[in-house]
Amino acid sequence: MFELLGIPPQALFGQVLLGLINGSFYAILSLGLAVIFGLLNIINFSHGAQYMMGAFVAWMCLTYLGINYWAALLLAPLIVGATGIAIERLLLKRIAHVDHLYGLLLTFGLALIIQGLFRNQYGSSGLPYQIPAELRGGVNLGFMFLPWYRGWVVVASLIVCLATWFLIEKTRLGAYLRAATENPTLTQAFGINVPLLVTLTYGFGVALAGFAGVLAAPIYSVNPNMGADLIIVVFAVVVIGGMGSILGAIVTGFSLGLIEGLTKVFYPEASATVIFIIMVLVLLVRPAGLFGRAA
Amino acid sequence: MLTEAAPSPATKADTGPMLEVRGLEAWYGESHVLHGIDFDVRAGEVVTLLGRNGAGKTTTLKSIMGVIGKRKGSVVLEGTETIGLPSRAIARLGMGYVPEERGIYASLSVEENLMLPPKVRDGGLSVEDIFTLFPNIKERLKSQGTKLSGGEQQMLAIGRILRTGAHFLLLDEPTEGLAPVIIDQIGATIRKLKQDGYTIILVEQNFRFAATVADRHYVVEQGKVIDMIPNDQLDANIDKLHGYLGV
Ligand SMILES: Nc1ncnc2c1ncn2[C@@H]1O[C@H](COP(=O)(O)OP(=O)(O)OP(=O)(O)O)[C@@H](O)[C@H]1O
Ligand SMILES: [Mg+2]
Repeated sequence: MFELLGIPPQALFGQVLLGLINGSFYAILSLGLAVIFGLLNIINFSHGAQYMMGAFVAWMCLTYLGINYWAALLLAPLIVGATGIAIERLLLKRIAHVDHLYGLLLTFGLALIIQGLFRNQYGSSGLPYQIPAELRGGVNLGFMFLPWYRGWVVVASLIVCLATWFLIEKTRLGAYLRAATENPTLTQAFGINVPLLVTLTYGFGVALAGFAGVLAAPIYSVNPNMGADLIIVVFAVVVIGGMGSILGAIVTGFSLGLIEGLTKVFYPEASATVIFIIMVLVLLVRPAGLFGRAA
Repeated sequence: MLTEAAPSPATKADTGPMLEVRGLEAWYGESHVLHGIDFDVRAGEVVTLLGRNGAGKTTTLKSIMGVIGKRKGSVVLEGTETIGLPSRAIARLGMGYVPEERGIYASLSVEENLMLPPKVRDGGLSVEDIFTLFPNIKERLKSQGTKLSGGEQQMLAIGRILRTGAHFLLLDEPTEGLAPVIIDQIGATIRKLKQDGYTIILVEQNFRFAATVADRHYVVEQGKVIDMIPNDQLDANIDKLHGYLGV
């Protein structure tokens, strides 16, 4: 077997794959945060809890209703998105006119409540969710073993990210969204229903988190705290990429996952902190983020 | 005249002014800016709002369009009271707005800017008609909206509301900061729109330009309409107008 810099290729590519998988979650989650922040100007602190809800909804669908993974992949984002719509209509709308800091506090409180409810009901030891039968096993690529499900996670999140990018940058609905993000008052004066757009955008961003949660369910155990742990890293990703940039969120998400994976190979001691170190450097050099427009 | 009879809203729209503004007041936060604006616009007219800087002309247009925090009074468009309506509903009544800062979106291409406002009724210009009116736009469709020159942005801002079928236009200083040839082009456009039956409120600093397109001029001062001068009596009132405008 050949070795790269003294690292067996199995280990190297294994970590690259793990990095890409983490990057997939970073990308989808930071994309949702970016979409929401763009239009609502709110840092959605309940994003991690909504990701966790996605995983739980998939688990409940399977356990209580016998609804399989593939159906849950569609259903759970819709359900989580619907709860997002309710949150926007009932809560966020009422504080839209005050300082956006209140939105952050409100969503932070919501996250604690949602996590508390799930912890009460299901404990915090985690519930297993089987990989769907179609995606069990894997393929030996020669230089590494690729489990089908992990490959699927990367592909699915790439598809969802690119579809979201296309929706926002290339369609008429996306043009409405960009216009409302840039100048909501004028956009409304053209006859466009901006409050409805705001509600749908929040619902959509939250649905993305729910989708990521379903993807995660078979990999990580379904646990009330799964979002809280992940979201801190995702916030760092968003800071590095720059708030409000769609492509920036996607590219930064995947790259940082990859960087994290490579750090595990070459300097494992730093792997848990490398993203935060990059965040500090970016804040010092480019406070608006790598892809952000300076305010 | 029929005005003696109690008019139903529909007949009132046929016979009365197209837009009636009564006692219009407006605020930016705590600051009270309009103190009871009154004026009328008849169908097919071009009227201007003249006045010094800070008189309240822009605020009057914003209040009619419903894009201001707090407003009071009455604005009746073709028989419909619009004072309590959100701006999107006012737009749907056929009101098209070109703001003072033009409002071209940086995050949209020229083409997306042009196609953004939804159609509110039939009878809007086709995209081809708009290109005929403003050939520059056609050349630059794929550019970022704000990469256009000031004059091109103004044409885009006017063009995009003509597509929607809006028939009542609010134009806030469309000639501001533009070269004389472009001002002539915009003047010609406004005259053509008037010929085609559009009704227009035009805010202008430059009353020499205003005189080439308008039927009547309202003078705004400190949040009130203080005078009205028909365009054909402009020469006779020129000294008075100079006094109002401080020129
Ligand atoms: N966003 C705002 N917040 C607070 N006050 C404002 C705001 N915009 C305008 N004003 C104030 O309201 C008054 C009327 O302003 P407005 O913009 O309507 O004037 P204008 O007649 O259009 O002037 P100009 O000819 O300079 O465009 C001014 O005293 C101005 O300072
Ligand atoms: Mg003005």
